[in-house]
Amino acid sequence: MTDFRLVVVSAGVSDPSSTRLLADRATQRVTALARERGHAVTVTTVDLRELLQELPAALSSQLLGPRFTRAVDALVAADAIVAAAPVYKAGASGLFTSFFQVLDNDLLIGKPVILAATAGTARHALVVDEEMRALFAYLRALPVPTSLFASTEDWTDTALGTRIDRAARELVLLMESGFARAVRDDAWGAYQHSYGSAGGTEVDIDLDSDMMRLATGGSLRPGGEDDPFDPRRA
Amino acid sequence: MQFGIMSVSDITRDPVSGHTPSEAERIKNIVRIAVHAEEVGLDVFAIGEHHNPPFFSSSPTTLLSHIAALTEKLTVTTSTTLITTNDPVRLAEEYAMLQHLAGGRMDLMLGRGNTAPVYPWFGQDIRQGLPLALENYNLLHRLWREDVVDWEGQFRTPLQGFTSTPRPLDDVPPFVWHGSIRTPEIAEQAAFYGNGYFANNIFWPKEHYQRLIKFYRQRFEHYGHGTRKQAIVGLGGQAFLAKNSQDAHDQFRPYFNEAPVYGHGPTMEDFEEMTPLSVGSPQEVIDKTLTFREAFGDYQRQLFLVDHAGLPVDTVLQQLDLLGEHVVPVLRAELEARRDPEAPANPPSHADLIKAKYGDQAPRQPRPNANRGDNVTGGSPYQDSETSVESYPTL
Repeated sequence: MTDFRLVVVSAGVSDPSSTRLLADRATQRVTALARERGHAVTVTTVDLRELLQELPAALSSQLLGPRFTRAVDALVAADAIVAAAPVYKAGASGLFTSFFQVLDNDLLIGKPVILAATAGTARHALVVDEEMRALFAYLRALPVPTSLFASTEDWTDTALGTRIDRAARELVLLMESGFARAVRDDAWGAYQHSYGSAGGTEVDIDLDSDMMRLATGGSLRPGGEDDPFDPRRA
Repeated sequence: MQFGIMSVSDITRDPVSGHTPSEAERIKNIVRIAVHAEEVGLDVFAIGEHHNPPFFSSSPTTLLSHIAALTEKLTVTTSTTLITTNDPVRLAEEYAMLQHLAGGRMDLMLGRGNTAPVYPWFGQDIRQGLPLALENYNLLHRLWREDVVDWEGQFRTPLQGFTSTPRPLDDVPPFVWHGSIRTPEIAEQAAFYGNGYFANNIFWPKEHYQRLIKFYRQRFEHYGHGTRKQAIVGLGGQAFLAKNSQDAHDQFRPYFNEAPVYGHGPTMEDFEEMTPLSVGSPQEVIDKTLTFREAFGDYQRQLFLVDHAGLPVDTVLQQLDLLGEHVVPVLRAELEARRDPEAPANPPSHADLIKAKYGDQAPRQPRPNANRGDNVTGGSPYQDSETSVESYPTL
């Protein structure tokens, strides 16, 4: 039995919000399935609406306020994530996109994610797979194969429940596999990082690098034998 | 402990009066500000380097030598000198010249510059910013310590038998600071050479610098320059003062709200909460500044940003009066009382560096041999070099 930490990020702004509702339904299924399989799940919800006031500072100066900092801390510790956005003007909402754009590049590496979106019309159905999935690919997170999308008519369709169930199952299996942790333990160094680039957790300093040798009076120049333009060959 | 001001040299519209100073006005005023810094008892004046509008400071050594000539005790320095887009040979020459004219009352701080379009104007590429900075400093370091340098690197054309003139004053290179807030390699280079490390301490919360300053101190000790407490650390900061807190907030708010970089973003109160900005009465600025020592350990130089965001020159001069009268004397006394005796009180001055190099001996005064047209033959073009005369045929 493992105690999993699930973080729900919802960019719905009304109250009650259908985006939050979709995120909650997915979260309930994840929690129930994990419990059936003998795990405990602790859920932390990040309602991005509450971060709105801190967003300008975060976007303009990379200055994270206290709520942002708490959200980052929760994501650092997360075993899995449910990320849900409303679709506005044929794209994931600006609040949702801005939040993930502000985060450090390395924060979500390897973490399994259920991607979910809501919209007023089914014409926006591909936003999850064509836009949100790309954002999470950049962050090197691991979205589950089943994306969730709910437009007005889906709320009365049992097929939505089936898809939620499928996505939740995929997420639980990925959490159970320990993939995110294993990637971090075994292959962290294989990803491109910069100092401080994972919410203050990526702070190892590798002294055995070309740049560190240059910093300490070394040279970047190779031997020179293979360079036909090397002036020393003449 | 040294206190001073640093300017980024921005020419910004005053959001209250609507007035944008001309370049001529701003350049004239920066000289007044620097001279006044000495008058109110500050120790250091630092100027940035930029090669694009709305900044005026493309040529820091010209400005600093003028200021040095108008002052008696003030140390002039940079914040920062671009070690990436400047040729290290020119830096060696220009800053050695400044050192002579300023009678040693100077040092310099190196930084990379983060404006991508500036790099190609000087034939460089920002993607190579870090290796450029590291390699260029390696060369600069040698140019000030070896009379004749043979060198080749990745970026600059090779040097054969090159002598950077004038040699540093008393043959003691200027003290160098490396400025960085997120690059371990820069902290490592500062530590390797036993140079100073400066964190601008303006935009980001202090945790970002805390880790790197700790790393720099550890590595300074590792390379045998002294204990970690003896490492030389400088910090920036920004302050706006008035007799009472409410006036300070009211007066500074319009400038804060429109300031380049952080304007139109966080509220001033949030920024005060989350960054080293202090706006308030002298006592509030004193209290906030004292927290820097708690966060970073004993440090040797504190520079305040006071002349940015379109603040009119008269306001800046008043800020200096308040700093000099009510803030700095208290901070000096408080920080001196709290200082660990192991930690140096000040960064090394020219006199300290002479003493470290020569003890009680007279410093070397390089005198060139008669012109022989090149530096390639012989060991050194200077008269005190043993091999120089024999290797060149006499006529």
